[in-house]
Amino acid sequence: MRLYWEVFRHGYRRWATYRAATAAGVFTNTVFGFLRAYVLVAVFAASATIGGYDRSDALTYVFLGQGMIMAVYMWSWWEIALAIRSGDIVTDLSRPFDYQAYWLAQDLGRACYHAVFRGIPPFVVGAIVFDLRMPESPLTWVLFAASVVMAVCVSFGVRFLVNLAAFWLLDYRGVGAIATACGTFLSGFVVPVAFFPGWLAVIAHALPFRGMIQVPIDVFLEKESGGALFVMLAVQVGWAAALFAAGRLVLRAARRRVVVQGG
Amino acid sequence: MDNELRLFPRLAWSRVRGQLEYRLSFALMLIGYFVMTLADFLAIWVIFQHLPLLAGWSLGEVAFLYGTSYVSFRIADMVVGHLDMLPTLVRTGALDTVLTRPLGSLYQVVTIDFGLRHVGAIAQGLVILVIACTTAGIPWDAGRALMLLVTIACGTAIFIAIWIVGATTVFWTLGSGLEVLNAFTYGGNQMANYPINIYAGWLRRIIAFFVPLAFVTYFPSLYILAREDPLHTPELLRFASPLVALAALLVARAVWGQGIRHYQSTGS
Repeated sequence: MRLYWEVFRHGYRRWATYRAATAAGVFTNTVFGFLRAYVLVAVFAASATIGGYDRSDALTYVFLGQGMIMAVYMWSWWEIALAIRSGDIVTDLSRPFDYQAYWLAQDLGRACYHAVFRGIPPFVVGAIVFDLRMPESPLTWVLFAASVVMAVCVSFGVRFLVNLAAFWLLDYRGVGAIATACGTFLSGFVVPVAFFPGWLAVIAHALPFRGMIQVPIDVFLEKESGGALFVMLAVQVGWAAALFAAGRLVLRAARRRVVVQGG
Repeated sequence: MDNELRLFPRLAWSRVRGQLEYRLSFALMLIGYFVMTLADFLAIWVIFQHLPLLAGWSLGEVAFLYGTSYVSFRIADMVVGHLDMLPTLVRTGALDTVLTRPLGSLYQVVTIDFGLRHVGAIAQGLVILVIACTTAGIPWDAGRALMLLVTIACGTAIFIAIWIVGATTVFWTLGSGLEVLNAFTYGGNQMANYPINIYAGWLRRIIAFFVPLAFVTYFPSLYILAREDPLHTPELLRFASPLVALAALLVARAVWGQGIRHYQSTGS
């Protein structure tokens, strides 16, 4: 356990070193927040509510989403795939630790840094310029934090599987492009899932991606309460567990495939 | 220069061959890009499921803005998108190799990765553009058809210029500029997708006169779509894109030259 704690801290520090990059990233996330916010301002000038969201909900949605993208990290993480391509994976797999748990610990450390330093600033800037909605119950903050952690786990579960595909495909970019597209749209990042027309909402609800963005934000906006809230969070946790299990199975199958190339 | 022109197709073809080595992955990548483009456009479509007009613009008209901007952006991405690697080249010192070769530095960096995958993205943008051209109620004539080609050419040039200027900043920030670059390139594309009258005044002034995104598609599209400008800008602006594009390219070349002169190798 001690090992994974150290790996977690390492994951955190690895990102904390690059302060200028963090500042640049915050700038970019905030700029995109503004672009998306103005589209929604125009939308809600024409319609008072959509899918149960009003203007203030939707703007809060945008800036929470902009703050969460780095923590959730749905784009471009190919460390395992690159290790498979280079052959370094062989050394990694022979080390005496749980390969999946190692990367999860590392990823949670990274997410912890990103949640604080990339997550809070865009939201604060958004809250200064626009009228954003804050939770009414203090308990909501706790549930939101827990749901963000679960969102990182769901995202990690997907990314771990996508990376392992490199064992069979060698080139990871194809599967990566598809996973990125699903993660971006079906997570509700581009448009809230609540805005989706029926059939598309059915697809989004049947897949894990919603747990990466939409679920934590709906917790924050207090869209569900009581039993419905519990079910929503339980489904998110369920997906994280299912993806971890799938990751272990695939890793076991992949171990049998490894062919060490000399050189 | 003559020499460089003959080299270009060869360099490009060798990259295409490299990518075709991974057949399945290449096919998946095309599907991925297809879905990704669709995701952007689906967002617009989803919004229009709830309202007939967005800030006075119909779905067909916004699709037209989206199509022209997206096609221009993806052509620019195909040509100069590899500038996204510049921060890495600067950080690792790999740019030194580029500078010692007897070819223009910008020319080499630009052609390092001629991505075939972009062809799929461009084709898809064209599909949306063609649908938009038939559904946006455009009173087509020769002038408008010509203007469409001019718009895409100028839009491409403006995006290329933005990409170069954005990438050049890494010479000063020593390799940590990719995210800021993305704000201008991908952000610029996102911005040009929508009619600029949805943005607040301060933001609109920036994109009309500083980073000339309004000339990528908004102004020329007002002419093609034969519609009133909700912002009541002078009509002359609708035809100003070629001049703006040329100016942007000249600025970009000058800025790149400054950057290269400022470049100090990391020495590793």
